[in-house]
Amino acid sequence: MTPILNVASLAPALPEIYLTAAICLVLLADVFAGAAARRLTPTLTLLVIGVGAALTLQYAQVGQTMTLFSGMYIADPLATLLKLLTMLLVAVALLYSRHFLETRGLLKGEYYVLSLTAMLGIFAIISAGSLLTLYIGIELLSLSLYALVAFDRDSGIAAESAMKYFVLGAIASGCLLYGMSLVYGLTGTLLLNEIAVGLQGPLSLGLIMGVVFLVVGVAFKFGGVPFHMWVPDVYHGAPTSVTLLVATAPKIASFALAFRLFAEGLGNTAETWIQMLTIVAVLSALLGNVIAIAQTNLKRMLAYSAIGNVGFILFGFVAGTEQGYEAALYYTVVYVLMALGAFGAMLLAGARGFEADEIEHYKGLHARDPLLALILMALMFSFAGVPPLVGFWAKLQIFQVLWESGRVALIVFAAAVSVVGLFYYLRIVKILYFDSPGELPVPERHGGVRLALGLNALAVVLLGLFPQTLIELCVRALETG
Amino acid sequence: MQGGSLSTLIWLPILGGALVLALGDSRIALARWVALATAIANFVLSVPLYTGFDTTTAAFQFVEQTPWIPALDATYHLGVDGIALPLVLLTTLVTIPVVIAGWTVIEKRVAQYFAAFLMMEGLMVGVFLALDALLFYFFWEAMLIPMFLIIGIWGGPRRVYATLKFFLFTFLGSIFMLVALIYMYLQAGSYDIVALQELPLSFDEQFWIFLAFFAAFAVKIPMFPVHTWLPDAHVEAPTGGSVVLAAIMLKMGGYGFLRFALPIAPDAARELDALVIALSLIAVVYIGFVALVQTDMKKLIAYSSIAHMGFVTLGCFLAFDIATQTGPLAGAGMGIDGAMVQMVSHGLISAALFLCVGVMYDRLHSREISAYGGVINRMPIFGAFMVLFAMANSGLPGTSGFVGEFLVIIASFKVNFWYAFLAAMTLILGAAYTLWLVKRVIFGPVGNDRVANLEDLNGREFFVLAVLAVGVLLLGLWPAPLLEVTQPSVQHLVEQITTSKLP
Repeated sequence: MTPILNVASLAPALPEIYLTAAICLVLLADVFAGAAARRLTPTLTLLVIGVGAALTLQYAQVGQTMTLFSGMYIADPLATLLKLLTMLLVAVALLYSRHFLETRGLLKGEYYVLSLTAMLGIFAIISAGSLLTLYIGIELLSLSLYALVAFDRDSGIAAESAMKYFVLGAIASGCLLYGMSLVYGLTGTLLLNEIAVGLQGPLSLGLIMGVVFLVVGVAFKFGGVPFHMWVPDVYHGAPTSVTLLVATAPKIASFALAFRLFAEGLGNTAETWIQMLTIVAVLSALLGNVIAIAQTNLKRMLAYSAIGNVGFILFGFVAGTEQGYEAALYYTVVYVLMALGAFGAMLLAGARGFEADEIEHYKGLHARDPLLALILMALMFSFAGVPPLVGFWAKLQIFQVLWESGRVALIVFAAAVSVVGLFYYLRIVKILYFDSPGELPVPERHGGVRLALGLNALAVVLLGLFPQTLIELCVRALETG
Repeated sequence: MQGGSLSTLIWLPILGGALVLALGDSRIALARWVALATAIANFVLSVPLYTGFDTTTAAFQFVEQTPWIPALDATYHLGVDGIALPLVLLTTLVTIPVVIAGWTVIEKRVAQYFAAFLMMEGLMVGVFLALDALLFYFFWEAMLIPMFLIIGIWGGPRRVYATLKFFLFTFLGSIFMLVALIYMYLQAGSYDIVALQELPLSFDEQFWIFLAFFAAFAVKIPMFPVHTWLPDAHVEAPTGGSVVLAAIMLKMGGYGFLRFALPIAPDAARELDALVIALSLIAVVYIGFVALVQTDMKKLIAYSSIAHMGFVTLGCFLAFDIATQTGPLAGAGMGIDGAMVQMVSHGLISAALFLCVGVMYDRLHSREISAYGGVINRMPIFGAFMVLFAMANSGLPGTSGFVGEFLVIIASFKVNFWYAFLAAMTLILGAAYTLWLVKRVIFGPVGNDRVANLEDLNGREFFVLAVLAVGVLLLGLWPAPLLEVTQPSVQHLVEQITTSKLP
């Protein structure tokens, strides 16, 4: 534990400190600039995130694990990686969304401020050294997202899904808090590293109860079966730009939450939570992939696909080894990259007065917008785990860690489920390329965003051809952690 | 030949395909020529592999190796031996007729069509050249994407069903191969194919690994009873798609058996060879009967393909019985030699037959046998070609079809009379369904008015069929150059599979 002697020793916590200040700045700027300078806030937000990333890279990098604020805050290479990634995701998501928000009258400063507070919540989770920090981060993230989902105040379906999200999210937070209080009561500490030390030997019934509630809470946040009910409704009901946000950066937070809590805090009780996570993972992979087949709405389909993919991420945790966490991290990163592209493409496929969210809205997209169709096709094959796209390497690593930990039945199951999943992704490719466009409108072209989306898809291809860099990044981040 | 050339064979067509795609339908004339130039250049570049090939060794030649994914111990490792070389040449050769055959016939999304075929060529060559199992799997799966699109976009009325079935069948088969490969990687610490071949495995391990490989390759080749995707895919695919499917993609199943299943799990293969032989013989006899009753020309040729590929699997798996009966090395390779010849020969013949059907389909837009009759009266040159290829398909001596089947039948005689008896049924059945097809379509009086208005081959079609006809005859009359190339590798393979991996 490093005592705080001067301002310089706060450097590892710079991302959070900077972001908090920056949020106030953006909020004030938006208020005082008024309606006339509506264009200012989006640009300012992107600028803020860019500067934040630069500062993080320059000053907040740490070689090994450091703790601040009496152990409440952890700075390690994993945290730096995840924070940079979160900034990238949020920035790109906001970039994709701008035009969408503009045409729907949603381009308000609050949207950007809420996105930034959600990001701050994610940061807190990533760097959490104690149960308290974790909880604060989760609440900050969740509350921002509830508000964002309901952002389109005139939309009935958005309000309904925000309500569902809020109620179910509150239950999840309650479970998590209850589990935390049990663990706290029986170990006498909130700090994750001290909990890890305190939890030696066989578990008492109370602690097992605590772990159960923690698993429930984490599964809720991840959207794992049987705590997945909010996912399709929120994905479907929220404005597509918010769905994009919900589907990407919070997955990083969920990974961080699960990693800090299970791998670091409860590492010695691995057997207990691995059993429970196995059930959640298997059910998620199965239900997500099977139910996705029946969907007619693309957002709902991608929601079930998200549930299925969460199953695979949890398989990495089920392996319970460092390689397992690495595979889960890699899978998460790859998944959010693909989800970012997929929802980004959905934003672009719409037009004024035409929300492209039903699957049949994509009929013959190749004829209306060849680039967008090509991007979506690459993403679908990547989701399905077909080489040469990056999704393949994510699945491969999950298979590998499951083999290493000797879970043969799970591998066979995961392989079979991948084939089921392949079907509905192929169906999208069929809609895009084999069907005729009919009377559907041609998407508007926005040069800059299309370029960004193109780069996103190109990343999916290039990381598939040359996967070494990203794998190594994930390995390094966890090595010293 | 300098290093880097094997990579060229893979990446030149892929980049050429990307260029064609970029040129797009607005500059289609140029795009066509770029596509053709790429296909021809790739064939020309592949010829030095043959001329520079050292036929005295079974070792891999023209090897290239660079690190690819150190984190997973996968390397970018390429090389050819006598088993891969003929298939690589077949791939680069067959792509040329495919491009020419689609020249004017394809009317919508032309640039994408050529791009898909070129990229697929690169990926297929990659499958044959890869010496790293992960790289192999990478190409093996990636290849499905262009084929999925080819059948789905340019296919017939039931194309969506056919292409989904094709993709799902092959993916299901292959994913268990991936699981097995990962297992072996964890044992061997490397994805290198040679290392995997030398990896000591217990019988139980071999058994499961063999089954995983069997799932992948039996679907691909395809063997009875997992062959049902093939007739659908063939019927719905555009002519070029059928050609590539029959001529090359099916061969990957055979290649997989020779490269992976047999040398990695020889003891399990020996234990299970009766099963494979039985399935092969069922394919030869039963599917032969099925072919007889088809009314759709493409479907008939598709079933004929399954029956012919039955010879490949039969030839591959005879080696164990021959080795136990006549001693390890004398003649055990004959079945595998036959399988190799059969693969190359069937590649040429089936490509030619599908192109012939394509020629007729382009004119009358029907694949039904009953829509034709007496075509030779209007198309004498085409008729001559068709008869030649039909004869080759039924295994007439002097054509390449004879050599492979003959070698396999002789090999099966060494094992068991009844194997040979059933295998030789193909000489009757093959002749029956192919010649009956020819009789109904080509000969006889002119069937109807539409046939009466047929025009004979144009220059492009003539060229394409002539190239394949020369190949079929050359290989039939003088198979020695092919056998010379394959012999050392086959011999090496026989040594590998007759040496037990068990302690």
